[in-house]
Amino acid sequence: MSVQAEFEHALLSDELITPSGLHTYNGSDPAARFAVYRNNVLSSLINALTDTFPVVQQLVGEAFFRAMAAVYVKANPPSSCLLVHYGSDFPLFIETFEPAATLPYLADMARLEALRVQAYHAADAEPVAHEVLAGALGDSERLGDLRFQLHACVHLLTSAFGVRSLWAAHQGELAIEQVDLGTAEHCLVLRQHLDVLVIGIDADSAGFIGRLLNGQTFADAARSCAPDFDLGAALALLISHDAITALSYRATP
Amino acid sequence: MKQSVIAPSGAPHVCATNLPAQAGLGLKSQHYQAILASLPAVGFFEIHAENYMVAGGPFHHYLGQIRQHYPLSLHGVGLSIGGAEPLDRDHLQRLATLLERYEPAAFSEHLAWSSHGPNYLNDLLPVAYDEPTLARVCEHIDHTQTVLKRRMLLENPATYVEFTASSLSEAAFIHDVVQRTGCGLLLDVNNLYISCINHQRDVQAYLNELPLHAVEQIHLAGFAEDRDSSGARLLIDSHGAPVDDAVWQLYAELIARLGPLPTLIERDNDVPPLDHLLAEAHMAERVLARSTAR
Repeated sequence: MSVQAEFEHALLSDELITPSGLHTYNGSDPAARFAVYRNNVLSSLINALTDTFPVVQQLVGEAFFRAMAAVYVKANPPSSCLLVHYGSDFPLFIETFEPAATLPYLADMARLEALRVQAYHAADAEPVAHEVLAGALGDSERLGDLRFQLHACVHLLTSAFGVRSLWAAHQGELAIEQVDLGTAEHCLVLRQHLDVLVIGIDADSAGFIGRLLNGQTFADAARSCAPDFDLGAALALLISHDAITALSYRATP
Repeated sequence: MKQSVIAPSGAPHVCATNLPAQAGLGLKSQHYQAILASLPAVGFFEIHAENYMVAGGPFHHYLGQIRQHYPLSLHGVGLSIGGAEPLDRDHLQRLATLLERYEPAAFSEHLAWSSHGPNYLNDLLPVAYDEPTLARVCEHIDHTQTVLKRRMLLENPATYVEFTASSLSEAAFIHDVVQRTGCGLLLDVNNLYISCINHQRDVQAYLNELPLHAVEQIHLAGFAEDRDSSGARLLIDSHGAPVDDAVWQLYAELIARLGPLPTLIERDNDVPPLDHLLAEAHMAERVLARSTAR
């Protein structure tokens, strides 16, 4: 094994291995000194996860979080030096992490927090001007083929649990007594100006916005909604949050 | 802005940095608004390149505004110049894109490795100071300077172990790298102090062996203190504490010897309010002013 392969193996191993070929001026055990690197690697990567998943940490406590994150880090070291994206599959890991099984909503909370980071760093784009949008919506001949390009920061999360409310409670926006964990919730995660917002929405709005995100035309996305769906309100939600960044038309055959 | 050029070894000395010989601060996101509100009197800000390799959002928004008021130093932590494998071309391209966008006055990276195979280990890991490593490091620096079309500064490491395979001293190794690649040096005085304590090196002998003419920027930071298995001091480059008195002393001696140099106060962990860092920058300014007045 090369020196660096040996280092890497020792850094990520569960056993306290020390690479060969190390030297200390005073004959002290290189293991104690190598431990500084092991600790740097583990703790800095765990800290990176703490930055991305603060509410997950609040829910399980610091000691549990760091122990869980250490297991994840050793099995899933980053594949890139762009650590901002590190932990994108941490929610999936949490889902299968046996000691966390008593908190079935934990993985979805992690999904919500990962989406917030994605929204924070997503590419900038200007919203379509209101008069352009009004013109397109008033053009009844082409309305059936109109498509909305949504801002790169726009994400949806649907959870079988009340994670949106729970997240809001952890921001001090909601009393914890108001959180009903057993009720499914939908939320829209997006960045407006410089702030990332987590907005609770109903199932029909989530379906409609999800279809827009999948590239369906406005008309097709609206068609699958329930008869009493307030399309105007869903559209106003997107427009008021600068979420529509371009218009295009489906090529007619 | 003046474009730096690659200087082949032996060519007249061309500075890798246009940073002013003043104190600067590491730019932390928690200070963006305070900086823009008060526009403190510091010579420059330094960013970790990797933090700004994101598509958009607040980081670019604030950096763009701060760049309008201050010179910038771009400090990479993920290039893995000491790595056994070829450099990551995608990462070099991302660095080139950032350099083009923000036109920093300096670009620096570390004498260390951090990636192996598909994995990134997020620490500055040590290299053996032997001929094969020297050849590889020089090749990587040449490659970097060619792609980025500018000279880079190489930072001396803080290390906790040494390799039996090493045939050169750290300072001799750095000397040879500078001579062969024409790169400049970012002298991290904290790292220098840490490595001298951790490996019982004579700091003056170390400095005498370094190509001090190539030093174009200084880093100052704080360390944490531990003990090795024999009870000897083991200093850890934590970037989480104020600069130690011993490091200030060494810095003052260096500036008296070399003249004023761009000097960064680094703090990446337990980041205090901006005022605390400005106070440390002010201490560095006083040292620089004494040297100018001489």
